Amino acid sequence: MKQFRPAVLAAALAGALVAAPALADVKLSDGVVRIGVLTDLSGLYADISGAGVVEAVKMAADDFMKENPGIKVEVISADHQNKADIASTKAREWIDTQKVDMLQDLVTSSVALAVVKVAAEKKRIAIVNGAATSRVSNEDCTPYSVHYTYDTIAMANGTGKYVVKNGGDSWYFLTADYAFGHSLEKDVSAVVTANGGKVVGSVRHPLNTSDFSSFLLQAQSSGAKIIGLANAGGDTINTIKAASEFGLLKSGKQKLAGLLMFITDVHALGLNATQGLYITSAFYWDLNDETRKWSARYFERMKREPSMVQAGNYSSTMHYLKAVKAAGTDDSDTVMKKMRETPVNDFFARNGVIRADGRMVHDMYLVQVKSPAESKKPWDYYNVVATIPGKDAYLPLEKSACPLVKK
Amino acid sequence: MKNLQTVGYAALLLLGLVAPFAVYPVLLMKCLCFGLFACAFNLLLGYAGLLSFGHAAFLGMAGYICGYTVQSLGFPPELGILAGTATAGLLGLAIGFLAIRRSGIYFAMITLALAQIVYFFCLKAQFTGAEDGLQGVPRGHLFGVFDLSQPLTMYYTVLAIFVGGVWIIHRTVHSPFGQILKSIRDNEPRAISLGYDVDRFKLLAFVLSAALAGLAGATKTMVFQLASLTDVHWHQSGEVVLMTLLGGMGTIFGPVVGAIVLVLLQDWLTGFGSWVVVLTGLIFIICVLAFRRGILGELLALKARML
Repeated sequence: MKQFRPAVLAAALAGALVAAPALADVKLSDGVVRIGVLTDLSGLYADISGAGVVEAVKMAADDFMKENPGIKVEVISADHQNKADIASTKAREWIDTQKVDMLQDLVTSSVALAVVKVAAEKKRIAIVNGAATSRVSNEDCTPYSVHYTYDTIAMANGTGKYVVKNGGDSWYFLTADYAFGHSLEKDVSAVVTANGGKVVGSVRHPLNTSDFSSFLLQAQSSGAKIIGLANAGGDTINTIKAASEFGLLKSGKQKLAGLLMFITDVHALGLNATQGLYITSAFYWDLNDETRKWSARYFERMKREPSMVQAGNYSSTMHYLKAVKAAGTDDSDTVMKKMRETPVNDFFARNGVIRADGRMVHDMYLVQVKSPAESKKPWDYYNVVATIPGKDAYLPLEKSACPLVKK
Repeated sequence: MKNLQTVGYAALLLLGLVAPFAVYPVLLMKCLCFGLFACAFNLLLGYAGLLSFGHAAFLGMAGYICGYTVQSLGFPPELGILAGTATAGLLGLAIGFLAIRRSGIYFAMITLALAQIVYFFCLKAQFTGAEDGLQGVPRGHLFGVFDLSQPLTMYYTVLAIFVGGVWIIHRTVHSPFGQILKSIRDNEPRAISLGYDVDRFKLLAFVLSAALAGLAGATKTMVFQLASLTDVHWHQSGEVVLMTLLGGMGTIFGPVVGAIVLVLLQDWLTGFGSWVVVLTGLIFIICVLAFRRGILGELLALKARML
């Protein structure tokens, strides 16, 4: 290189100027963003969360790295077996020894509450997707927690309000006899009475019941128009199976309202048993082109359509990673600030906002399960009846019991 | 022989003191808590011949009481642990009083039934938080001085509690009281014929074992800062039987070995989900078929044969 080539030098310099900040503007604590997925890989929530969630988070990490080759993202996962102590031990260990920057999914209310506390103590971000309890963004909120996909209040405001307004004004509850069931019943009852309906009565069944006949008979004889199922997972599935065997829905006088149901439950039960049910969902794969496009990619990996929890995991992971990039660091405080400032706009949510109490407010959908005749293809399960604006679905910020909310 | 034992204990203590620099302290603390729990259980099974199938009630209840008093009533950690231990002792007195009237399988069934009552109490009571459990129990300052939120401080506190607990068990076993317990275990009618009030000794052993199990449970709550239904569930009662048999029933440190093996297994296999249960079941079968004295029991027997 005898000859001086200004153009080359200039190009090289310019390149260096452009390249240098691109490499240097994201400062990661240990050179990598590590995401820990704590979920139920083997128990009753493995369908709604489980392996699908791990895959969704990996998908988000892969997509992000494809666009930002300079930032390395690593995903690790573990099965918390729905036990709060296993989950919090694992979370602690991940943060202490593996330098995990963000914890994801946290299905099961007790697990979510425990891990959120550990994360806050260690100043790490915890995004709750799988768990339902509204305590995460109320009395147990932390500066580092986000409740992303849904909560019990949104479920009540969705299904409860709509059903009452459409003539379902007398309710009878079939409630799982534990904390989650009680709070769901309470939230829905409040919505029902606030909208001019009345609660005729309720019966409580133990967790993991297989024979619902006597409970359903009580519900039937109550004469209420709507039988609200304040339970989840296997209990909901068993109730609906029994109701269908009893011909409870064929009479036309009574309807079931599943207060916490997922598309995977419908898939497990089949349309014959679930047709006509109203469900509140944060996501449905067949909503629009964007959801279909994303879900097709998910389907390719998992061979099933995503539940709202799985879609929420992708969306929230992406939101977090983008915030890391925009903030130029993986420091939790800065990233949290960025996450709150930036609205969520993707296939999952439109103008979703993370509030001071950690609640991600976004639109919910009220859907009705199709009849077998209406369903044209596999997983074609829902008719979208209404879109519930985020501000109507979730608890207003001024009513939040979160101490971080300035009043 | 006596000297050898002292050297052995000193070596173990030294190992406990340096261990947190090599291994993740929280995992070690979990091992110690379950180790103490298994030792307490072993005091009853290994030395008094009473198979309790309800020890989770003491572990869990003490955890809840400790968590509640520290979190809601503002107790300092040492008082919280004491409150938990005392509650477990009282609970042991009530359950033991009813259970020791029967022996063998009936004893096991009565303890199981009463422990299930405790389980449902914890599920229904307000202060336990039911399904959600107690979370975020503050560790606070021990005696107002030592900051327990520091992992090492917490570790050495747990180690001290563990050593204290095991020392109590060791002393109990090697005291005249322990001798009587063993005689009851081996031949109850003869102990009665010698004029011992067998029921009183059994009850005392039961209360002691329950209180120590409670000590382990309360300490566990301070370590993990939570109390949950897992600890009162009968699975936990089954697990402690497994720990004790696996490590070596009727030896002081056998249950600790068993507890460590089981805790490590659970830790390593979290990625495999329900396989943990399958694997522990297999280990149990192998243990019962191949080495009935347990890991440490077999080693001690081997040593005895060689000497």
